[in-house]
Amino acid sequence: MTKTAEHILPPVLERSNLLGWMRRNLFGSWTDALLTLIGVWIVYWAASGLLRWALYTAEWKVIVVNARLLMIGQYPIEQVGRLWIWLGFLIFLLGNSLAIWGRGSRIAPALLALPAAMAFIFPFGADPRKWLIAMTVIGLIGWGLGRVKPEALKRSVIAGWVISLPIIILLTYGLSKSEASIVPIVRTNLWGGLLLTFLLTVVGILFSFPIGVLLALGRRSELPAVRWFSVGYIELVRGVPLITILFMAQLMLPLFLPEGWTVDRVVRAMVGITLFSAAYLAENVRGGLQAIPKGQFEAAAALGLSGAQTMIFIILPQALRLVIPILVGQFIALYKDTSLVAIVGLLDLVGIARTVLAQPEFLGLQREVYVFISLIFWTLSYGMSYVSQRLEERLGVGIR
Amino acid sequence: MSDGPIIKVEDVHKWYGNFHALKGINVEVKRREVIVIFGPSGSGKSTFIRTLNRLEEHQRGRIFVDGIELSHDVRNIEQIRSETGMVFQQFNLFPHLTVMQNIVLAPIQVRKWTKQKAEETAMQLLERVGIPEQAYKYPGQLSGGQQQRVAIARSLAMQPKIMLFDEPTSALDPEMIKEVLDVMVELAKSGMTILAVTHEMGFARAVADRMLFFDKGEIVEQGTPEQIFNAPKEDRTKLFLSQILRH
Ligand SMILES: Nc1ncnc2c1ncn2[C@@H]1O[C@H](COP(=O)(O)OP(=O)(O)O)[C@@H](O)[C@H]1O
Ligand SMILES: [Mg+2]
Repeated sequence: MTKTAEHILPPVLERSNLLGWMRRNLFGSWTDALLTLIGVWIVYWAASGLLRWALYTAEWKVIVVNARLLMIGQYPIEQVGRLWIWLGFLIFLLGNSLAIWGRGSRIAPALLALPAAMAFIFPFGADPRKWLIAMTVIGLIGWGLGRVKPEALKRSVIAGWVISLPIIILLTYGLSKSEASIVPIVRTNLWGGLLLTFLLTVVGILFSFPIGVLLALGRRSELPAVRWFSVGYIELVRGVPLITILFMAQLMLPLFLPEGWTVDRVVRAMVGITLFSAAYLAENVRGGLQAIPKGQFEAAAALGLSGAQTMIFIILPQALRLVIPILVGQFIALYKDTSLVAIVGLLDLVGIARTVLAQPEFLGLQREVYVFISLIFWTLSYGMSYVSQRLEERLGVGIR
Repeated sequence: MSDGPIIKVEDVHKWYGNFHALKGINVEVKRREVIVIFGPSGSGKSTFIRTLNRLEEHQRGRIFVDGIELSHDVRNIEQIRSETGMVFQQFNLFPHLTVMQNIVLAPIQVRKWTKQKAEETAMQLLERVGIPEQAYKYPGQLSGGQQQRVAIARSLAMQPKIMLFDEPTSALDPEMIKEVLDVMVELAKSGMTILAVTHEMGFARAVADRMLFFDKGEIVEQGTPEQIFNAPKEDRTKLFLSQILRH
């Protein structure tokens, strides 16, 4: 007896509940069960130790007392509002973007509620508390607007991201020397902590990206001079550690400038980080370029597109999409590598941590301080990695 | 000028390293002429057709397309390419762009058309090749036959004077060959100048004005489909035809 096709039903899926899942995946056999138990024991042993330390032994006072130093360094307290304003601007854009592009992302409100949650959990002063709550409110407003009018907002949100770096720099640095100005200049030697780490990272990423792409293209150029320059640059920079480049940027950059010019130490570090990152980025992008089949170049050429048009519209979009995971990995590494500027005397998160630990009353509290800054590094790194995964999913549509 | 040949190929040679791939090709193509190029694998058919829009560079001889000589002048090359459509065996659609974006890209960027004009034209072309409903899909979501029809529409969007086809049906499953050939036949009947490398002898019989038989980098024999199929002169042509017509 054969059944007609209509009568054949798909196999019933095993209903998955927690117990069923556990039996299948964790206790499928004797060895599985043994490994599971050992694993659970190790995790319990490590976590309980850490928790006991975090809750009973650790002296978190060092963080509470130095919270502002760790976040923004010596940035004058009466000017801090400027930083909150650009942070609010970024969070507003983030809310918009999560609503417009993060379709169905349920974590968005939770993410935006984080600042307010921090305000309640941690013993901040009244001022930061107000600001933190404001951040959540602004973020949720942005998110709500994005949900209501996603299409109408798209362009202005993109424009917002584009002008965000100039706004950040402008607000952080200031406009006028006069004290009377609303945004008087705050010299970079007062920048520090997470603020400095963040700025070094963002500038490093945004500037090394175009430079790296140009170097990658230069390496494939038909003009020998351009090709040799690109290859020479990439191989030279990749052959030395970042720390030496940072030292050279501090010591040698002034030699290239006209007499009497000085370049800010933070700017020097930014230049060093950017030039370093660009070389690696170039190699990663080159990998993407090599993966594009010859037929794509030929089809573009056959349509009469110029070399530049072919690159911009056909090759780079595909090549960059292929290397998003690698690039994000590189950017996360860059973010963590900015901590090396502590060695050339800048007070980024790690630099500030060392000054905090040098204060007599906090001697011996390395554990608390380094665990805390690790947590900060981890949070933002994980954020980048999360965004990149979303980006990949979004851009993966229709690829071959 | 409009009466002269649209393509003039004089004693064209091409080497890959020491390998002599084209050994003195001479051809003149009239406007509205449909030419089928056939011959054994490796005989230089692709190389020849690709010299006509300079995807390959020839090293001796001269090529004129619509009165412009192909030389190192990039301007001339881009001009000729924008007036010469090419359809590839592997389709070569741009996978990151929708069907619509594939078609309008070159008219907007090269011809400087407005988006609206380009999209209207694209829609008409998609109707002509029979897949208007696929306009907003990505190439990866289409069958091979549909992709090749998009590729044809993409070329036609530049309003070319000449269409080059390099084995457009060789990568297709048998049931999809006809839908692509139908489009090509319609195109041939509309008066387009066509050079097609293909072994679809039905297509050649139906619309070719002339057939060129390539072997070992040379044009061994040429003639109308009747001459080629009914009275081939050269032994090599006879042998090759007997091989491909047997099934
Ligand atoms: N890029 C290349 N480099 C070296 N040899 C090539 C290249 N392209 C084609 N050839 C050689 O030139 C000959 C003609 O190739 P082709 O024009 O592709 O043949 P057909 O299209 O008739 O099959 C072949 O022997 C092939 O191996
Ligand atoms: Mg071929």
